[in-house]
Amino acid sequence: MDDTVSLLRITSAGDRRRAGVTLALSALALAFAGWSFLLGPSELSPAALFSGLLDGHGEAGVIAQQIRFPRAALALVIGAALGGSGAALQGLFCNPLASPDVTGVTSTAGLGAVLALYFGLAGVSALALPGFAIMGALAAACILYLLSRRGAGAVALILAGVAIASFATALIALALSFAANPYAMSEMVLWMMGSLKDRTLNDLAFALPLTLAGLALLLSAARGLDALTLGEDAARSLGVDVSQVRGRVIVGVALATGAATAAAGSIGFVGLVVPHLLRPFCGHRPARLILPSALGGAALVSAADVAVRLIAPDGQLLLGVVTAMLGAPFFLWLILRMKGER
Amino acid sequence: MSIIVDKVSVRYGARAALSEVSARFSVGAVTGIVGPNGAGKTTLLRAVLGLQPLDGGLIRILNKPLEDWPREDLARAAAYLPQGGEAKWPMLADEVVMLGRLPHRARFASPSAVDWGAVRDALERCDAARFARRRMDELSAGERARVLFARALATAAPILLADEPAAFLDPAHQIRLMELLREEARRGGTVAVTLHDLPLAARHCDEIVVLHEGRTAAEGEPAQALSDEALANVFGVAALRVRDPQGGPEIVAAFRRI
Repeated sequence: MDDTVSLLRITSAGDRRRAGVTLALSALALAFAGWSFLLGPSELSPAALFSGLLDGHGEAGVIAQQIRFPRAALALVIGAALGGSGAALQGLFCNPLASPDVTGVTSTAGLGAVLALYFGLAGVSALALPGFAIMGALAAACILYLLSRRGAGAVALILAGVAIASFATALIALALSFAANPYAMSEMVLWMMGSLKDRTLNDLAFALPLTLAGLALLLSAARGLDALTLGEDAARSLGVDVSQVRGRVIVGVALATGAATAAAGSIGFVGLVVPHLLRPFCGHRPARLILPSALGGAALVSAADVAVRLIAPDGQLLLGVVTAMLGAPFFLWLILRMKGER
Repeated sequence: MSIIVDKVSVRYGARAALSEVSARFSVGAVTGIVGPNGAGKTTLLRAVLGLQPLDGGLIRILNKPLEDWPREDLARAAAYLPQGGEAKWPMLADEVVMLGRLPHRARFASPSAVDWGAVRDALERCDAARFARRRMDELSAGERARVLFARALATAAPILLADEPAAFLDPAHQIRLMELLREEARRGGTVAVTLHDLPLAARHCDEIVVLHEGRTAAEGEPAQALSDEALANVFGVAALRVRDPQGGPEIVAAFRRI
């Protein structure tokens, strides 16, 4: 009995630590979002910006409400979408290399969005761009799901992701070379690189609810992901509806990643890196990683978006370039470390 | 809570994995399922749990057909230890064991004191409490197998189905494992276990089902089911029979191919 009590105590200490990590990540994300809000070419005081955000009067009001706030908020939303998706995909495939970008989900989401832009559908309906991006993400996620059902291992899944991403990139290049005018082309290129420049409240208006819906689906599958660490048979014998768990994760990832990609283009490696950074603090249970990874992703993307503007205030440095430059070496390091273990 | 398997057939494509197999796993007994590789032992356990669709026959659990069991109820009634199971992430050992409590916990609910009590109890019975707070990847294969067995015990289900739980264990822990299965049966459980180790099966099981190429080749008490004839026909081996001077059932060991 004493042992049980001491075990309870240890475990509640673990819960407290996780709660502390969650709080710290939230604070970090909000701090970077605040910094991002205060950063920009127009020399406005923080006081003017905050009062502008609240009342919307004058130049400060327009800048705060129409430019600074959407950008800062979108960084949080996109980071949360990518971080949460990465943690859920790693849990679903029991694969530390899985993430929306490595598995090609981001690329097909990008393809969907480019098609919407190419055929001019984005101008017809505000929902066409995110709608097409989500369809694209869903397509890649379904292919991966079918592969994993047929017993594809960690490496096969990543190779499939490479194939899917190359195919999507080729089709995007095709769309670019047939682009109607140079303006449409530069718009697509900029957008593919991943950036939060010139985003509006409209982008936030679709990205926020879709991301929240996606993350809610992922969180609802958390318990099933824990059970799946024991393998499919054991999970089913524990009463888990495994195909429902898979479906929730696939659709949740497609919603969140599709919305994020539609809003900001392809911002790579956030979903891959964040869960790894958090495992030492939160443990390895997939269920315990989804929420912290969403918050960590929000903090990371906000921080990167601040860094982009501090390094190049003229706006020439793109967010997706920075995350890829930091993330790709990390990916290599992960692969090297895996080799050492097995 | 007995389990009745009535003329169950399972096919994998063209190959028949089980052909009209009938068996009974009784309450309060440990039933051993033995047979050569590919005899259908794992398929039989998976069929009983509803993890494997049947191509014929019927399975009844506590006088209720398997298909009438709601998934959640069955999860609380029957614990399953798959063969060669692993925890895919290096979680802490007690976190793994806590997964066995999932059927008892409401969605999003934290583990209760009852859950932790069951986890602690299961870890202690498997001689694994020492490494409760260690990561799975820091443990040896045998230690991990004990943690995974504790996971199945933690469910505290009246039915326990274990697929090759003795693999990876050292001799002392193999015997300890069989004693644990016995304990579960004595508490009113229904226990079925697949084994490759004939002496272990002969000595510690109450009933034996011998499977051969998807059919029941022999069944009954160990001495009867593991007859010289059955061993010769099914395994192609001759057996040595020994009695423990301190009593207990006959020990049967294969010693020569024939």
